[in-house]
Formats: sequence, structure tokens, C-alpha cells
Amino acid sequence: MDFAPLSDRADRTDRTDESTGAEGADRADRSVTYVPATVTRSAKIVVAGGFGVGKTTLIGSVSEVRPLRMEEPITQASAGVDDLRGTPHKTTTTVAMDFGRIHMAGGRIALYLFGLPGQSRFQPLWEDLAEGALGCLVLADTRDLDASHDALGLLDSAGIPYAVAINTFPGSPSYPEAELREALALDPATPLTYCDARDRTSSLHALITLTEYLSEHRSAALLESRR
Amino acid sequence: MSGPRRDPDMVRPYVRTQGRIRAREDVRLESVVIAATGPTDTLGPDARRVMRLFAGADGGLAVADIAAALELPPSTVRILVSSLMDSGHLSSPVAAIDDQPDFDLLQEVLRGLRSLV
Ligand SMILES: Nc1nc2c(ncn2[C@@H]2O[C@H](COP(=O)(O)OP(=O)(O)OP(=O)(O)O)[C@@H](O)[C@H]2O)c(=O)[nH]1
Ligand SMILES: [Mg+2]
Repeated sequence: MDFAPLSDRADRTDRTDESTGAEGADRADRSVTYVPATVTRSAKIVVAGGFGVGKTTLIGSVSEVRPLRMEEPITQASAGVDDLRGTPHKTTTTVAMDFGRIHMAGGRIALYLFGLPGQSRFQPLWEDLAEGALGCLVLADTRDLDASHDALGLLDSAGIPYAVAINTFPGSPSYPEAELREALALDPATPLTYCDARDRTSSLHALITLTEYLSEHRSAALLESRR
Repeated sequence: MSGPRRDPDMVRPYVRTQGRIRAREDVRLESVVIAATGPTDTLGPDARRVMRLFAGADGGLAVADIAAALELPPSTVRILVSSLMDSGHLSSPVAAIDDQPDFDLLQEVLRGLRSLV
């Protein structure tokens, strides 16, 4: 079986600019929906995956408030570039992350869903922003399963439990589950499901599959620690 | 000179937050804060912008909401919010003692998601 990546998929999230450190003029604050005063707990689930796999769509499908976007500039030294002053050449990549929110438990809990880009070069960002997540839903597209490997690697190294949901796009080839698991190198216990990120119920089911697994995973870990 | 001391991302949050260089561990992207009281005239410009967001608000905001509303990097907002909690300008809506273990939170989230379909 061949999982050839799509040729020259455009990097649509990043903007790469020379780092200037310049601050723009104070912009008008964007409208934001306040968290109801009933909320006493919040939780976070991360939605990860390669470019264009449906992260923003899934968050938009399930969020009860208008999804918002944050931007984190990350500075990266370009290796091997040297100018006359011997200063390392730096570029700033702006990483966009969108997020939504669901209120539950009679308004006592706010569940935040964050779309994080799955590229391994964003590892420092992950350490900072994914910490404390209940778990992660990894979206994958069978036209480019390799695009999921970075996200899976980040999660494995951060010790964040995850489930994988295959988004079906027109023209996505379908493979038997065993082949998908093998191609993604999934642990036998890791849930593998399908979802249409454009559909609210389908997206919720993918999140439920993840959360059921997290809850079993947690029970197993608790038992293990009591041995 | 070379190395991280020249990195603008290392310098900027320090300048912006008047001393704090690291966020509190309990201040994460999803952490919700509410406004307490206190004079804001000694605060830096970004901290004042954060406090202005809460003027007249009848609820809280998560760190991520603040970052999106003010178009500031979430890593910077985590530090700003940490300082503002240290100084008592912001506080957590959760009682100081968090008596609910994580397992219950997960069960509540699972129940909550199931109730939506
Ligand atoms: N058929 C189908 N199309 C989808 C699905 N999910 C997303 N799309 C479409 O795929 C395109 C890309 O989706 P996005 O939600 O922007 O993907 P993303 O992962 O946020 O993309 P980046 O942020 O650019 O990495 C959009 O045109 C969506 O309408 C899905 O489950 N099925
Ligand atoms: Mg997106």
C-alpha cells in the first residue's frame, strides 16, 4: 500500500516574515463572549492534525460561541545562515490557533477545544499550550496519512492520550482498519474512528469516542498505580 | 553576544509583564479568570488592556479568550494573567480548594458531550 503525500500541499497557516519586533498600533479589541458566572471548572481538549485536515471546521461545528483565533509568533534560528556581523538569521513564524467552547454540567464546566498545528517544529508551542489537556483528537485524511505522523509523535512524547478520527474527503481512499492502524503506527488500544468535521453530531461522536477512551485510560492508570 | 538573551521572544514578555518571566502553572490557555478589584494605574499598558476587558463584564474569560480579544500571543497573556493574579487584580472563579479530582471532571465532560447529541 502506498501513502504518497499530496504533492506540494501549500502551507496555508503560516506566515513567515522577517522578525522586526515592531508593535502595531493598539487595535480595537475583538468581541468576545464572556464565560458565564456559573462556570467553576474548565477543561481543554486539543484537536490536531496536518494542514487542511478539518481542525477549524470541527471546532466551528461543535462550539457554542463564535470560534476565536490566537496567534503566537515563534522565533526560529535558520541553521547555517551567517551574515557579516555573525548574528544568527532569525525568522518569525506566526502560528495561528483557533478555539471554541462548549458549556456543560448545568453551566459549571467550560470545555475549550483548541486546534493546534501538528507539525513537529512546533514542539515548544505544544509543551506550553497542550499541557493539562484532557486528551487530543487527531484528525487524519487518508490521502495523506503521513501528515499525521508529526502530531502523533508530539503527543507520544508529551504523554498526551489521543484518539484518531479519519475525515473523509471526496476522493479519499478507504483502507481496512488494520492497514490504517499499521500506517499510523497506532497502539492497539488507541481508538480509531471516522468523522465528518462539517457535521456537529459526527464531530461530537468523535469527541465522545476520545473522552470514553480517556476515562478508561484513566481508570486503567489508577488501577496500575494501586498495584 | 549570541544566544537566547538576544531572542526578542525571551525579552518581550519580561518587559511587558514587569518582572514575571514565567506563567504560573495553574494559568493555562483554558484557565478562566474573573476580575477582582484594585487600582490599575500602576499597571503596564498590556495589563491595563486586560483589565479593561473585564470592565462591566458579568462573567470570566479564559487566557485564550483574552489573547484572541487583545491580539496578544497566548504565551504573553499567560504571564500577564499570572502577574495580575499575584497582584490580586484577577482571581480564579474556583474556590481555593479544588476538591474535585480530575477523574470527576472527565466523567462530567463525557456526560456533557453525550447530552449534546
Ligand atoms: N468532505 C469533508 N470536507 C471537510 C471535512 N473537514 C473539513 N473539510 C473541508 O476541508 C477544508 C479545510 O478544513 P479546515 O477546517 O480549514 O482545516 P484545518 O485543519 O483547520 O486547516 P489549517 O488550519 O489550514 O491547517 C474546508 O474547506 C472544509 O470545509 C470533512 O470532514 N469532510
Ligand atoms: Mg485551521
